[in-house]
Amino acid sequence: MAYTENELASDLENQEYKYGFVTNIESEQVPKGLTEETIRLISKKKEEPEWLLEYRLKAFEIWNNMVEPTWAHVHYDKPNFQDIIYYSAVKKKKYENWDDVEPEMKATMEKLGISMDEQKVLTGTNVAVDFVMDSVSVATSFKAKLAELGIIFCSFSDAVKEHSELIKKYMGTVVPVTDNFYAALNAAVFTDGSFCYIPKGVRCPMELSTYFRINEQGTGQFERTLVVADEGSYVSYLEGCTAPQRDENQLHAAVVELIALDNAEIKYSTVQNWYPGDKDGKGGIFNFVTKRGLCERNAKISWTQVETGSAVTWKYPSCILKGDNSVGEFYSVAVTNNYQQADTGTKMIHLGKNTKSTIISKGVSAGKSNNSYRGLVQIHKNAQNARNFSQCDSLLMSDECGAHTFPYIECKNSSAKIEHEATTSKIGEDQIFYCNQRGISTEKAISLIVNGYCKEVLNQLPMEFAVEAQKLLAISLEGSVG
Amino acid sequence: MIKIENLQASIDGKEILKGLNLEVKAGEIHAIMGPNGAGKSTLASILAGREEYEVTEGTVDFDGTDLLELSTEDRAREGLFLAFQYPIEIPGVSNINFLKTAINEIREYKGEEPISAKEFMQMVRDKSAIVELDSKLASRSVNEGFSGGEKKRNEIFQMAMLNPKLAILDETDSGLDIDALRIVATGVNKLKTKDNATIVITHYQRLLDYIVPDFVHVLFDGKIVKTGTKELALELEEKGYDWIKEELAL
Amino acid sequence: MEQVINTENNVDIVQPNGVNGILPIELKEKATALLSTLSFPTTKTEAWKYTRVGKISNKKFDIQKSQISSIKNYVIDPNGISIVFINGFYNASLSKLSDSINVSSLSEISEIEKNKIGKNIQLENEVFNTLNTLYTTDGAIIEIKANQNIHETIQIIHIITDNKTISNTRNLIISQKNSKASIIQAYFSENASETFTNVITEVIVKENAHLTIDKIQNESENCYQIATEQISQEQNSTFSINTFTINGGLVRNNVNINIEGQNCETNLNGIYILKGTQHVDNHTIIDHKVPNCNSNESYKGVMYDKSTAVFNGKVFVRKDAQKTNAFQNNANVLLSDDATVNSKPELEIYADDVKCSHGSTTGQLDEDAVFYLRARGISEKSARQLIVSAFIADIIAKIENENVKEYIFKNLNENYNFEL
Repeated sequence: MAYTENELASDLENQEYKYGFVTNIESEQVPKGLTEETIRLISKKKEEPEWLLEYRLKAFEIWNNMVEPTWAHVHYDKPNFQDIIYYSAVKKKKYENWDDVEPEMKATMEKLGISMDEQKVLTGTNVAVDFVMDSVSVATSFKAKLAELGIIFCSFSDAVKEHSELIKKYMGTVVPVTDNFYAALNAAVFTDGSFCYIPKGVRCPMELSTYFRINEQGTGQFERTLVVADEGSYVSYLEGCTAPQRDENQLHAAVVELIALDNAEIKYSTVQNWYPGDKDGKGGIFNFVTKRGLCERNAKISWTQVETGSAVTWKYPSCILKGDNSVGEFYSVAVTNNYQQADTGTKMIHLGKNTKSTIISKGVSAGKSNNSYRGLVQIHKNAQNARNFSQCDSLLMSDECGAHTFPYIECKNSSAKIEHEATTSKIGEDQIFYCNQRGISTEKAISLIVNGYCKEVLNQLPMEFAVEAQKLLAISLEGSVG
Repeated sequence: MIKIENLQASIDGKEILKGLNLEVKAGEIHAIMGPNGAGKSTLASILAGREEYEVTEGTVDFDGTDLLELSTEDRAREGLFLAFQYPIEIPGVSNINFLKTAINEIREYKGEEPISAKEFMQMVRDKSAIVELDSKLASRSVNEGFSGGEKKRNEIFQMAMLNPKLAILDETDSGLDIDALRIVATGVNKLKTKDNATIVITHYQRLLDYIVPDFVHVLFDGKIVKTGTKELALELEEKGYDWIKEELAL
Repeated sequence: MEQVINTENNVDIVQPNGVNGILPIELKEKATALLSTLSFPTTKTEAWKYTRVGKISNKKFDIQKSQISSIKNYVIDPNGISIVFINGFYNASLSKLSDSINVSSLSEISEIEKNKIGKNIQLENEVFNTLNTLYTTDGAIIEIKANQNIHETIQIIHIITDNKTISNTRNLIISQKNSKASIIQAYFSENASETFTNVITEVIVKENAHLTIDKIQNESENCYQIATEQISQEQNSTFSINTFTINGGLVRNNVNINIEGQNCETNLNGIYILKGTQHVDNHTIIDHKVPNCNSNESYKGVMYDKSTAVFNGKVFVRKDAQKTNAFQNNANVLLSDDATVNSKPELEIYADDVKCSHGSTTGQLDEDAVFYLRARGISEKSARQLIVSAFIADIIAKIENENVKEYIFKNLNENYNFEL
């Protein structure tokens, strides 16, 4: 046991959203609003090749003809797309080495618990980090070390310049521009993100991590992540997100594409903690994200999500199980409190033979929040012997919240086996009393019980992330049970 | 240690305890016996602070503090331990994590430093031996998938870990086979000191062969109607509760 | 002379002169006004995601009185009473009513009594409800009187016949306080092709009443049917509905239950056994609005050939409906590579002190079990039939009416050689 609830105690002193600070650093922005000109400007600022500008403009045209989807079980005032700043960059864009980084930026990273200082990294906690603030990638660590193995881990912008062929080959193949409203928007205006390529047969020796941070007021964050695991390779990828506390709703519309070629494995973990808005539901991030992975033969993609943030979340990390014997997994904890709304889940598309998918979803609803699981399991005609198991549980912590389950199960092959189970229950009063009788306070008891309830998912996270996630769960639910 | 005076309590308007008096001093073991529905488990629940019960009259003094004023967790932190008749399962929460949380919250309440990992693990090893609890059980989820006997042993293990002033064993013997009963009782006896006290609530005399009480009380219809020594338990076993009823003309 | 009415998506309903919808004029006016604004659902309409209605929406249907020679094959309980409709028109000579049981045809009741109809039927965005409202030709009006315990089975028998005919019936069933009754609602076709049965049944189960409806659908492969039951339950009542879809080309069932009073019990069971290119879509909504109620739902299906089954069960537990227990299950067996199942069991929960669960399974026969039976000398075919029978046995066991049970046995046996 490297950590327990008790060791978290001191971390929990501050009940407020602790990432709600603003970094006071000079930034360069493009004017508010979205026109073809904005896109040309972004592309120019980023010194992009012509083909990418074309790609963006095409996406913009497609987006212009799309309508915002309304089927999710969430209610919000639609963002005004002309009132968003689409590009905001730290003025001094790229740091040649760590010493060049401004103290304010260093302080920000420190507050967020991001270590970029390769020298100071302790053995055993090897994590290479790409830090993205507002529109651009600020710094990437361990680049050289990874390069020795042929691993490319850099900002998306750098990748466009330095690995143009790979980007051209894979970008938009899993999440096409036409996929949905927000994916199209992202394709038109994305500013940065991370790119990662693991060569054939290489097992990436450390966790790769991207840390996303919205800093400037009025900005939207539109990043793109592309992870390509070549044949027989392995990578574990982590993603963390925070934003300052603001009264306005800020938009985050990201696209994540994963490609696992034959026999490759990608483990993608997210701890999402965008600012959720205040107790009265004011402010907070609109998190409308498209995440999808493609599995070739014998490949495996595993999504693990711990989500406690955002005012409105709309997200379905999915697996296209194209290759025979490929495996998709989805482990998720979604916590909503106060006025948060989440409509999240996954899609498992079984195309290949002997494909397998597992879905474990744990929802916790508190306050006046609404938490929905929406999942699709689709077995195509040629997917012989496909297997799916889904378990979707909801835990209710107040009598004013909602917990909903909307699974879609579509089967066109008679050799498939699909099992879906869902339960909804209240946190057990007997359990709380039992903890109380052992001297444990009600708050702590709830934290223990909720962490226990989510354990199957938390166990999937790399260690440091698991600790982070446990803290987050505790903070998110502080004061949620009366 | 604890002094209960004229305790009256009800649930959903139904009167269960009707003026109960009991005093337990440090170093003593008291047994409370009685037929089903007499109010034995109600007494345990009220002392532990279950909110469903309404105390309508009476006082409970626990080592100088007014027990009834305290929250459930503060009663536990003051040193009151209840071994549950039906221990609760908490899926996903390991026994160890659970106990460490409890110990540190109790320590914090007393203004003490948290327990070190090393000290804690040593304590787990020592105390689990007392109830012959497989150390593997310590790392499993609290009571989840435990057999009936394991759950009861786990209760005594927790008691050993938390080292309470007053332990109330609520029907700890129910559902135990003779071997498990012996293990549980031996555990309780090993934990006995001159400074702590134990209240054993039971329906059957057989537990008292192993945990020898200083006093035996008969609880009947919400009151203690007779008090004696361990011989009273034997007499009860032989003659049944109807005997008490007749003798006291109830 | 005839009147032809077009809706947006060009369904044509031909209404002979002199035959008018018989619902109150205000309802019909509302329906007429709405109809011009409504269009037929497409697969983009969430509630119709898996069912295309093109077969219905692009046809021309006739409202047409007709006759059949004998009712014998359609009477499920020979000892019960029955009210018979042919192509949506009441047929008195084939019906068998009783003085002690309050069953009448909609066409025979007074205009004042007709005002009880349509209270809970939504027309907005519901094109089929609107069409039904406008064109209702008849229907069964049943009132179980307070404290009445009816032992005879009440049967509502609908028969559709001829080519491209439409039947729009509207039934109303009221179970008064403390009453008990069992009703069979059965649908058949005779020499029919490309017909459309569009039926709505309104049910009110009052305080402490007990009502069971066994719904049997056995029209032919080239008939289409949309059947809606709108139920409201008052306190302490028990309502059960068992839906058995034995045959039919395109069948859509909407069972909508509003639980308005405390301590209600609600049971929904269904079996669908499909072959050929049949398409059966079961939509259910159970709306728990008040505390302390239990609902149990279990639908099971077996799909052969190129058939398609859809299940969409929705359970709402509203904010005030504490202490609700709601269980929902859908199990499917696919017996052909060309068969499809789409299952969408949904829970929408706004109260916290509840116990709700749902499950959905899709699979095939247990090959180990098949092998085991074969090893005991049972032919492979019989072994498979036995196992399929076992799969639906628990739902069959819930049928209380022996005649219904027997009818289902007989038909499944004829259609699929099931040994039930």
